[in-house]
Amino acid sequence: MPPVTEQAAGAIQTTLGQPTVPSIAFFLIIVAITLAITYWAAKRTKTTKEFYAAGRSVSAFQNGLALSGDYMSAASFLGIAGMVALKGYDGMIYAVGWLVGWPALMFLIAEPLRNLGKFTFADVVAFRLKQAPVRIAAAIGGILTVLFYTIAQMVGSGSLIKLMFGLPYEVAEVIVGVIMLAYVLFGGMLATTWVQIIKAGLLLCGVSVLMFIVLAKFNFNPGELYAAVSTQYGQAALEPGGLITNPIDAVSLGLALMFGLLGLPHILQRFFTVPDAKAARISVLYATGFIGYFYIIIPIVGFGAAALIGREVIINIDKGGNMAAPLLAEFVGGTPFLGFIAAVAFATILAVVAGLTLAAASSFSHDIYVHVIKGGKATEQEEVRASKIATLLFGIAAVLLGILFKGQNVAFMVGLAFAIACSANFPALTLSIFWKRFTTAGAVWSILTGAFLAVGLIIISPTVWEDVLKNPKGSALFALKNPAIVSMTASFLVGYVVSLLTREKTAEQKFEDEKLRTYLGVGAE
Amino acid sequence: MQKDVHGLLESREFKALVARKAKTSLILLLLLFASYYGFVLLIGFNKPFLAQKIGETTTLGIPLGVAVIIAAWLLTVIYVVWANTTYDPEVRRLRAQLLGK
Repeated sequence: MPPVTEQAAGAIQTTLGQPTVPSIAFFLIIVAITLAITYWAAKRTKTTKEFYAAGRSVSAFQNGLALSGDYMSAASFLGIAGMVALKGYDGMIYAVGWLVGWPALMFLIAEPLRNLGKFTFADVVAFRLKQAPVRIAAAIGGILTVLFYTIAQMVGSGSLIKLMFGLPYEVAEVIVGVIMLAYVLFGGMLATTWVQIIKAGLLLCGVSVLMFIVLAKFNFNPGELYAAVSTQYGQAALEPGGLITNPIDAVSLGLALMFGLLGLPHILQRFFTVPDAKAARISVLYATGFIGYFYIIIPIVGFGAAALIGREVIINIDKGGNMAAPLLAEFVGGTPFLGFIAAVAFATILAVVAGLTLAAASSFSHDIYVHVIKGGKATEQEEVRASKIATLLFGIAAVLLGILFKGQNVAFMVGLAFAIACSANFPALTLSIFWKRFTTAGAVWSILTGAFLAVGLIIISPTVWEDVLKNPKGSALFALKNPAIVSMTASFLVGYVVSLLTREKTAEQKFEDEKLRTYLGVGAE
Repeated sequence: MQKDVHGLLESREFKALVARKAKTSLILLLLLFASYYGFVLLIGFNKPFLAQKIGETTTLGIPLGVAVIIAAWLLTVIYVVWANTTYDPEVRRLRAQLLGK
């Protein structure tokens, strides 16, 4: 039963793009609650341990939700729903790839990370190596990752908010910047964690309700939904299409998604907020459950939008299909539900950017200021002050970069962030945890190789060379769309070979202490 | 305590603990690889297989995609159950041995 004909869908009147009373009301409620939490958190955020790591007081369940909040961005919610609506099954293949890093994170590094680290992942890489060079290199890898991720989020948020609320792009950027700075600056990690928890809860509820109403329209039988999609767009909508044509490219993208997660500084920093390794492990179980559920139901929303709204209407509002989920919300629940979903998407953007800003600021203040400039001898007050200045500077930079890149094609930047994360941060992190012979020189060269190879190769890949820089098709010097398979391998190899060529007796001696902490948690902070 | 630490790290029990942890992680990681890259390569090399209908219009690819996500989550369940019931008690015992006396 195709419940809606194309004509009926074409006649949909949408309030999308105008600020409506419900959308503004929901948005103000969310902002009021999160700012109240920030006020509460600010009183509990005095020391560095509180600012960077919420006093290690976050429970496994809370951290599971906060991790999900950090990871489920507006881009994945609106983008994947739109991709499924417009491209069908290919969007679903894409959704699967975003989940599979989480188990790997649990099996390989969640527990050692918690046992070895203090505030940043560089603490773990530099655990038994020479502090200054390793921290500078790790900060380069970490900040590059966060920077590209942030640009993608800020540019996306400006256009999304413009589409949903009709606000000018620059105004949207400033609003995001100011509110998220309030969270991070005053409430540190505790406020940021609670913002993530609230946002993850709202997002999961909103999408669940959306899925429930869609399924209700098809008698709770997904088969009927697929039949409606197939009737309107042909059976091809339910079959794999052009997303994976080159298996090597697909595996390379898969590696970036899987191991990139293990190198995202804002995700890794969450593991320092729980009390112990067991809580770290269990929080990944929760996160994988929430995020897996999210990626299972998003395609239903996408297919629902295709069947009930129609691709043409969705493309008319936004070529990329980003408005599929909001349009569907309005169609099934009227202006109030659209307002709710739009406000949730806004909250999602705020939360993700807040998490990124905190990670970048921690890297500047804890890794560079304290361990490089002050030689590890900064007082508690100096470090808190430095971290707040770094937060402010990074927040302003995020807004300015968002405005600078207005209208640019930045979709590749998320892929680039994952490529750098898996090529620069992940190899050094794992080698440092598991390999006794790893040396300072090995770590520095591994990180730099991974970072610059990932950036360099993506510039000469079809993604940037042809799609962004508009060079003719087929002129890209590097054939793969995502460089991970080359840059990650090279980073591991360089780390291995350089370590063998240099020898660091002190690092090898300290490996005993490290093992004791990694496996037994003895001496963990 | 330094001598104790060295002794413990060299002990058969600690080495067995590290080996068991590595083995569990690697097996689960391989299963994760097999399910996800198996799915990706299946799409790359055998699209008709995934396009075959299992219902009126539903294709095999749809439940298979969902299955990859659920399998990934189940692997984390297995790891947590293993770690909580096997790994943690052994860690507690070795810690007590080192710090307790």
